[in-house]
Amino acid sequence: MQAALDTVTSPAVLAFLLGVLAALLRSDVRLPDAVHTALSSYLLLAIGLKGGAGLRQAGVGEVALPVLAAVALGIVTPMLAWVVLRALTRLSPVDRAAVTAHYGSTSLVTFTAAVALLDSRGDAYEPYAATLLAVLEVPGILVGLLLAGGAAAAAGAGRAEAVREVLTGRSIMLLTGGLAIGALATPSSYDTVAPLFVTLFPGVLVLFLLDLGVLAGRRLRDVPAAGPGLVVAAVVIPVVNGSLGVLVGTAVGLSPGGAGLLGVLTGSASYIAAPAAVRLALPQANPAYYLTTSLGVTFPFNLVLGIPLYFALARALG
Amino acid sequence: MRTVPVACLTIVAEAVVEARLLRDLETAGVRGWTVTSGQGRGTSHIDASDWEGANVRIETLLSTTAADRVLAMLSQEYFPRFAVVAWVTPAQVVRGDKFL
Repeated sequence: MQAALDTVTSPAVLAFLLGVLAALLRSDVRLPDAVHTALSSYLLLAIGLKGGAGLRQAGVGEVALPVLAAVALGIVTPMLAWVVLRALTRLSPVDRAAVTAHYGSTSLVTFTAAVALLDSRGDAYEPYAATLLAVLEVPGILVGLLLAGGAAAAAGAGRAEAVREVLTGRSIMLLTGGLAIGALATPSSYDTVAPLFVTLFPGVLVLFLLDLGVLAGRRLRDVPAAGPGLVVAAVVIPVVNGSLGVLVGTAVGLSPGGAGLLGVLTGSASYIAAPAAVRLALPQANPAYYLTTSLGVTFPFNLVLGIPLYFALARALG
Repeated sequence: MRTVPVACLTIVAEAVVEARLLRDLETAGVRGWTVTSGQGRGTSHIDASDWEGANVRIETLLSTTAADRVLAMLSQEYFPRFAVVAWVTPAQVVRGDKFL
């Protein structure tokens, strides 16, 4: 309970809620698009650098098993999402595949908020955790698009385009690039950029979450149109996939902090890489479904309740 | 000054298809264009691009037959799937051979 309260009263989450409130009141607090893009680039690069520096300290042997586990989770979690969506909603196969791709992939900002929470509490976690974020970003989208199967056969060319979009998109390039830079940089040269990428990080996150709150708040207006089944699914899927991530993380020997982070990764839904890829590969799918669920329901749920839940589960198991 | 009639083709599309659209234009023989980004709202009410910027407006000068060819391509590949509109207006240019 205290953990949930700590999460809700962090400046980052409060700024997010302010953004949601502003959107509901139709107040104009959005940052300019260019600033939004710059901030998300900063977050991607900063998370990558931090994970890369952690990767340098950890040996290959230490990282291999968690990475393999992340790949396996990247394949299994979209399938679970598909099953939950089929049980709880009446979405067409193409819409279901589109939503599935979002839940198979992962959310940088949810992960970042969880890392910031651990840092603020002084809790330990594997410093290379951002590597798992990079690993989990791609397979889920691919599995989701494959699950669209025959229904999207007409969009075959679009699928290749979508894969290219994911692999060369800003999020993968900056994240993997940041990991490489962080891993290659010497500790002393890393220290020279740390004031920008480490010290200022929590503050920039607050600014970004304010903007994201506005986007999520706008999506909230579409929630009634999505229907109760889809809204319930948008809460059930993160709990199922997040718990599985915590279980697997604990089983492969991650610390409670690390296992909780893996739960955050598997329990979160993408809204950066996935929407662009899905829009290209499955243009007939309705964006209102996948953006409303991932950004309007699952992201706020994880931010306020999901993150404390996954960490509590990890501590209970660890 | 002596001017030559050409077609001015304007395409407004959701930003996510920009790269693909420009490749297809090049394949269709279009040699140059100007892209500007903007905001707006259309009948499809598709707002998938909060993350990718809102809309792009692509303008190009070309021959009437080339413009017809591009419109046919758009009708087949884009209009049924994506939020895209396009229109052609007459224009007068100097250096006509640059565009025809």
